[in-house]
Amino acid sequence: MADISFIVLVFFLMVSTMDQEKGLSRRLPPMPAEDQKVEDQKVNRRNIIIVRININDRIFAGNEPIDVSQLKDKIKEFLTNPMEDPNLPEKEVKEIEGFGPYPVSKGVISLQNDRGTTYSKYIEVQNELVKAINEIRDDFSMANYGKKYDKLDEDKQAIVRECIPQQISEAEPKDINKK
Amino acid sequence: MATFRKSGSKEVPAIKTSSLPDIVFMILMFFMVSTSMRQSDRLVKVTLPQASEIVKLERKDLSSYIYVGTPMEQYRDKYGTDSRIQLNDSFRTVDEIRDFVAAERENLSEADRPFMTVSIKADQDTRMGIITDIKQELRRCSALKIMYGAR
Repeated sequence: MADISFIVLVFFLMVSTMDQEKGLSRRLPPMPAEDQKVEDQKVNRRNIIIVRININDRIFAGNEPIDVSQLKDKIKEFLTNPMEDPNLPEKEVKEIEGFGPYPVSKGVISLQNDRGTTYSKYIEVQNELVKAINEIRDDFSMANYGKKYDKLDEDKQAIVRECIPQQISEAEPKDINKK
Repeated sequence: MATFRKSGSKEVPAIKTSSLPDIVFMILMFFMVSTSMRQSDRLVKVTLPQASEIVKLERKDLSSYIYVGTPMEQYRDKYGTDSRIQLNDSFRTVDEIRDFVAAERENLSEADRPFMTVSIKADQDTRMGIITDIKQELRRCSALKIMYGAR
């Protein structure tokens, strides 16, 4: 009996794949309906930063070339706007349930890429953007709850998420209509 | 006066093996429950890109997979070396994603359908063009929850 179960056990040990599914989670914007006019949701220019990766995997943030290592700090500065710079995004004081009023940044990161951009570079940049947001969330959590974001319970995480939203828009590809 | 007597030999008694089958059975059960058999053979070569801010997928059973990469060695003379899409266990084109998503959605229960996640597992050397096409196609069939596979 023991021998047989041992054999079966070894079989399961061999075939089992303990790999966990990991990755960067995203939500795509819904497709606009055919008849719907392209309404230009006029986002104020100061509220948007365009991160572009070109065909040679060079990164541009707001029209100036930038290195991957500096991208995170640039995004952090953009989203927090500590000096109330008129060129950086405005903030809107929102009533957050369970927390109170908090000036929520209206900044949106728009990520654009070329058809020739490599996937690894794209993920690297996505990762930097998420890292920037996570760090801001951590700072916020430390200041208000004295804990890191992922150590908080779910209600508080929801509050932090509302105070610091993850506004990454994966831009409409430019050449989608001419295939 | 009572004295403590040392009875028998001083040798350590042998471990009883009568409970061994139970233990083995228990481990066996654990593995049977926790394993997920690989559903389909991989036809394309996928090396996931690296990322540090990764999150775990909460519900594995709600996810469908799209593999993107160059075909494996043995399929190269037939399918070339350009990046291809693999759905289930065959090579497919971008247009067929629609049917695939519809079929996957059909397999889920009514309550779970809004939470369906499409996991894109693309090779790190893939060009973004094909990924963009996939993303557009997914938007068209309103499968909006996606996950970029990374390690």
